[in-house]
Amino acid sequence: MIRITRKAEFSAAHFYHNDAFSAEENRRIFGKCNNPHGHGHNYVVEVTVAGEPDAETGMVLDLKELKDILQREVLDRMDHKHLNYEVPELAGKVPTCENIAAAIWNLLEAKITQGKLDRVRLYESPDIFAECTA
Amino acid sequence: MRTVLGRRYRFAASHRLHNPKFSAEENRRLYGKCNSPHGHGHNYVVEVMLAGPVDPATGMIANLGELDPFVEREVIEAFDHKYVNEEVAEFKNCVPTTENVCREIYRRLRKFAAARVERVRIEETSKNSFEIWGEEQIGFGAEKREREKEPNEDERSR
Repeated sequence: MIRITRKAEFSAAHFYHNDAFSAEENRRIFGKCNNPHGHGHNYVVEVTVAGEPDAETGMVLDLKELKDILQREVLDRMDHKHLNYEVPELAGKVPTCENIAAAIWNLLEAKITQGKLDRVRLYESPDIFAECTA
Repeated sequence: MRTVLGRRYRFAASHRLHNPKFSAEENRRLYGKCNSPHGHGHNYVVEVMLAGPVDPATGMIANLGELDPFVEREVIEAFDHKYVNEEVAEFKNCVPTTENVCREIYRRLRKFAAARVERVRIEETSKNSFEIWGEEQIGFGAEKREREKEPNEDERSR
């Protein structure tokens, strides 16, 4: 089995807040991420697809196709958006790295028809990331 | 689908690879320039991977507001700007290869209470990394570990 990975970047705004918590609890739990005006990140997403290379093309999945899927499913939804307000897949959820990575996994899983979605790694910064695997 | 949370930290430290059980000549042959008597240093990166359920109320596996001070206290304060051989007690009688440093850092971090420390990966340089997994390993991890082992052994030159 071969794993192929494609990387994409998007920029988005978010803040952490849960209506079920008091203002004081929100500040304590989420710290500066609770700033109601939001803040932003340059997110990096790495998507890995696993499978056997096709005998004719030598490819698990054409990386150009994976790039297009990422553009359509992820970047068109999330790039230059406010993740709290403009992304239905995150509605009602705190847009943490963990939840965004899981939302991306759910968006992509059914769209990868050649090979199998193996891993989604989402970097909020070079030092913070979440990783979803099957 | 399962999710893990990764966080990277940095410290700078010096070390010397030397085993007093070996002769001077053997130490030089085995450890090469890493045996240089006055020690040398690296900018280490510590990558911590936490596993566990994502709390629906916070969206988090663990709050970095808890993890950061824990890692600072348990690892960064102990190792940053130190000579590992002399100033970290566990290495008084243990060669501070990054394999052993990785083990020691995992031992310290596994005490974190809010989530399970699944793996710790140390980058000694941008070319070398060393990874340890906790006891509950899964298929993906076992494969990944093997995959990462190969280049490390080829590229290693401390």
